[in-house]
Amino acid sequence: MEWYRDFPHIGYNLDGKKIYKPIRNKDELDDFLDKMDNPDYWRTVPDKQTGSDVVLSDEQVQLVNRLQRGQFGDANFNEYEPQVEFFSRDVMLHPVTNRPADKRSFIPSLIEKEKVSKLVHAIKMGWIKPRRVEDDSRGRYYDLWANEDSSILARHKMHLPAPKIPLPGHQESYNPPPEYLFTDEERALWEQQDPCDRKLPFVPRKFSSLRQVPAFSRFIHERFERCLDLYLCPRQRKMRVNVNPEDLIPKLPKPKDLQPFPTTQSLVYRGHSGLVRSISVSPSGQWLASGSDDGSVRFWEVCSSRCLKTVQVGGAVKSVAWNPNPSVCLLAVALDSVVLILSPSLADRQVVLSSERLLSAPQEADANEGAGPVTWSETEGEELNHGIRLKIQHPKAVQQVSWHAKGDYVASVMPDHSSNLQVLIHQLSRRRSQNPFRKNKGLVQCVSFHPVRPYFFVGTQRSVRIYNLVKQEMTKKLQANSKWISSMAVHPGGDHVICGSYDCRLSWFDLDLSTKPYKMLRHHKKAVRGVAYHRLYPLFASASDDGTVIVCHGTVYNDLLQNPLIVPVKVLRGHEITHDLGVLDVTFHPTQPWVFSSGADATIRLFT
Amino acid sequence: MGGLQKKKYERGSATNYITRNKARKKLQLSLPDFRRLCILKGIYPHEPKHKKKVNKGSTAPRTFYLLKDIRFLLHEPIVGKFREYKVFVRKLKKAYGKTEWSSVERLKENKPAYKLDHIIKERYPSFIDALRDIDDALCMCFLFSTFARTGKCHVQTIQLCRRLTVEWMNYVIASRALKKVQLHTHPTDVDYRVMATFTEFYTTLLGFINFRLYHSLNLLYPPKLDVKAESELKEENDDDYAMNSESYLEKLSALSASLARVVSTAEEDEAELDQFPVDGEDMANMEAREKEQKQEEAQKKLFEGLKFFLNREVPRESLAFLIRCFGGEVSWDKSVCIGSTYEVKDETITHQIVDRPNIDKQYINRYYIQPQWVYDCVNAKIILPVEDYFLGVTLPPHLSPFVEEKDGDYVPPEKLKIMALQRGEKPAHEQEDEEEEEEEDEEEEEEEEEDDNEEEGDDGEEAEEKNLKKMEEQRSQVKVTAGKVKVENPARLEQEEKAEEKRLAIMMMKKKEKYLYDKIMFGKKRKVREANKLAAKRKAHDDAEKSKKKARK
Repeated sequence: MEWYRDFPHIGYNLDGKKIYKPIRNKDELDDFLDKMDNPDYWRTVPDKQTGSDVVLSDEQVQLVNRLQRGQFGDANFNEYEPQVEFFSRDVMLHPVTNRPADKRSFIPSLIEKEKVSKLVHAIKMGWIKPRRVEDDSRGRYYDLWANEDSSILARHKMHLPAPKIPLPGHQESYNPPPEYLFTDEERALWEQQDPCDRKLPFVPRKFSSLRQVPAFSRFIHERFERCLDLYLCPRQRKMRVNVNPEDLIPKLPKPKDLQPFPTTQSLVYRGHSGLVRSISVSPSGQWLASGSDDGSVRFWEVCSSRCLKTVQVGGAVKSVAWNPNPSVCLLAVALDSVVLILSPSLADRQVVLSSERLLSAPQEADANEGAGPVTWSETEGEELNHGIRLKIQHPKAVQQVSWHAKGDYVASVMPDHSSNLQVLIHQLSRRRSQNPFRKNKGLVQCVSFHPVRPYFFVGTQRSVRIYNLVKQEMTKKLQANSKWISSMAVHPGGDHVICGSYDCRLSWFDLDLSTKPYKMLRHHKKAVRGVAYHRLYPLFASASDDGTVIVCHGTVYNDLLQNPLIVPVKVLRGHEITHDLGVLDVTFHPTQPWVFSSGADATIRLFT
Repeated sequence: MGGLQKKKYERGSATNYITRNKARKKLQLSLPDFRRLCILKGIYPHEPKHKKKVNKGSTAPRTFYLLKDIRFLLHEPIVGKFREYKVFVRKLKKAYGKTEWSSVERLKENKPAYKLDHIIKERYPSFIDALRDIDDALCMCFLFSTFARTGKCHVQTIQLCRRLTVEWMNYVIASRALKKVQLHTHPTDVDYRVMATFTEFYTTLLGFINFRLYHSLNLLYPPKLDVKAESELKEENDDDYAMNSESYLEKLSALSASLARVVSTAEEDEAELDQFPVDGEDMANMEAREKEQKQEEAQKKLFEGLKFFLNREVPRESLAFLIRCFGGEVSWDKSVCIGSTYEVKDETITHQIVDRPNIDKQYINRYYIQPQWVYDCVNAKIILPVEDYFLGVTLPPHLSPFVEEKDGDYVPPEKLKIMALQRGEKPAHEQEDEEEEEEEDEEEEEEEEEDDNEEEGDDGEEAEEKNLKKMEEQRSQVKVTAGKVKVENPARLEQEEKAEEKRLAIMMMKKKEKYLYDKIMFGKKRKVREANKLAAKRKAHDDAEKSKKKARK
């Protein structure tokens, strides 16, 4: 019939005419209505052969029901008729068939034999295992640790037991104390963070009763992660540093036992209007000279903080240095490109006279004058009245002046990168200048004479070079391990040097020990501007831009095997920080354990 | 120079480690098998100290195992079983392909199986070692016992897990060993094979541990209910469960009946600690220990004499477990679970645990309390006052018993309250409100006082100004006045001196030590900051509550 599926007819009659399908234009709705109205609907069946609907009769319905129940179609058929037994266990007199028995019923089967032999072979070869006895020992437990013998050694020493999962804290409670719940900000922060950055892997929640607590949905995940950690996570032994922080602090002698050292601010010298770049104390310890950016040099009486004398020099003073020779009274002042020699006449007549004599020493051998880069000139008039005696004109701006211990030589520094003309040494008595170096590597920052021996220290940006002036050769080069040296001081014994640097460090060199610093002190927060040794006491001080002066105790032993003892004893504060500059210079009193400091706040302070 | 040239990476740490792939090849195992072996044997990767050296100069990310571990695995009999299993699967596939059903059957009968007993003995040579790792095993088994018995995992595994956990809980009840309990909450792609392997191991471990623990208490293993209890239970509902074994497990898991013992005289006397004559420092230790022990004893009998009834909305198993652990009697509605011992109507019930705002029919002679009371009592080791836990009351916070506060840490006020109760101080609960009011009054008074002080301060300033004026007047005529002696507090001075000494010493620290010191101090400061933050939060919360209360008034 499916051949006619797409055609309007369902076959042909004897005349060869098409037999058309009955017209069926029922839709679902009609079908439904039919179902409702027609009482015979349930027994109406479409006939595929004719395409028309057939209403089943009662007999037909009954037949269908019987077949569906698996009964015989014929209602009258009796399926339980008594059985007639043709064959019984009783041996009859006459056989049913008289056929002789087959041969194969007498001889064993070859095929079976083959099969058996195959099995036997397979068993022999171990291909087939005999049926295993049901082993129920799995899941049956016994006392495994009955005879614990310690002879079974524990794991090798590299074994690292897995760390335990931390136990839940207050936050994880279903009803935590209110302080453990997140505020809105904390919650927002928590949501923003990466899951790995979060401190807690969950948000603490509060439920008013146990009934409302949902199932722990992450339980499987948590256990799974734990499993992964156990077998997949590489383990490493980390030594947790379990030290008492107090033990880390070095045991130093108490500052109390290392007295005397300056402890309190006792005097403030006011008068300058610009920042005070440099200060210097007279060898007698009675006078203090200071040079400032306001273009003046002032002389103070140390004990009374009174300004005795002000000399206007007409330019920002970079450096002042008092002649260390106690028999003369002279001050070297560096400003712009000039070094001035002042005779402040603040001493005995004798001393003043001797310094006059030194300055007015006979001029001789002017042969090389003019040829040199430096011109010496005497002052006249107003300047002379102020005490300015000599002017040494340099070709470049002078940064620093430094006296020799004897008081005849003065060295001046003109920083200029890699120029051969950076350091000049002037001899006062002969009014002569000389350039000790043919070439100068780097930018010279500061120079200093050795207090006893004929050595000359030149501090460049990264290192300190020590020259022997007699042999005219370099003896040592100290590596400061800092970026930029700012200042340098030589121990009165001459075997130790300290260097301050702009990268907040103070390095102590022991010249006998090494060219590397014996100790680096990083106790300043900002650039170190000035360092100084005390002449008599084992003290040194450093001044920094953070507004502090740190006084340290530094004992140097005569025994070469014993290293110097360095103990910070006092942090002195007092200077105000102006324009990011704190304390600019520091110097000790020659005889007392006092320290002077000059700062950017235009004051000089004395700490005793 | 003579001698052989040393080759790189032929000695030292490079020879102690082996990459995972190499190890796998050495053992001739597939990756899943290797994984299973590692899980069962407890072999884990190591992070070498110098990874680049071990990695022969390469920086590729690789996992390293100790060569020793892998060599140790080579001798493992289970590796052979794994290979056998592989062969078995291959044969089975082939037989299926050829539709040789008889050989399929034969193969299935001879499926290779392995036992883990020797591995457990090897990984945990002593019982104590095994107990140390029991937490993971318990968690895993409890998890698996909650799984639905469909798909994913074998039903047998789930049943075994359930059995073992029930056994474990019964043991804990019998030994009354529970100390602390906490309820916690916080809200897939999971490889069930890995978990199944772990569970395989853990079930074996837990089984052996249970066996040993039961025997240490003279209990029968596998557990049997007490004869008396058993007969009682049998009468009630034997018909409801088709399978006898299942019903027995259910009865066990009801946790309501005690277990049968090997020796019928169940009451064994506690072995008392022998008293040795000791002197001096040990004495104090001994006393402390004795005290602790007494406390423990008291805790074990926490709920003794109390009779609980669980309403149907509360978590039955957990509460029944807890109450039984501490010696209480417990029952529930018959329809909730098998094993209920008495009805709601029982007049002797002292506490009924309810987790709903109110209840219709209330008996007079019992407390109706919320379930948190039980947990909090257990943690506090005392019977807490029931007032805070009545129906419809806002519950006090539930604290974790695992947090041990050191000095300086933040302690929630609730904990302080409980600690006070533990010390035997009377609960200052009812007087609180009055006290609060009093406090407020005091505060007000204080404020007034402060105002006074400020006024005084103003007075002082005025006086100073006057002084200054006087001084100015005096300045014209220079005059030295007698200075006042500054009163210095010697203790404070000394303290300051010490602090400065410390500051100076810190300046002299070496860079490395300074770094460490700074780190430690940073950690300490952070701790303090966190504690302060919590305290501040709490204070803000309490203030808000108070103001709310006031507003309501």
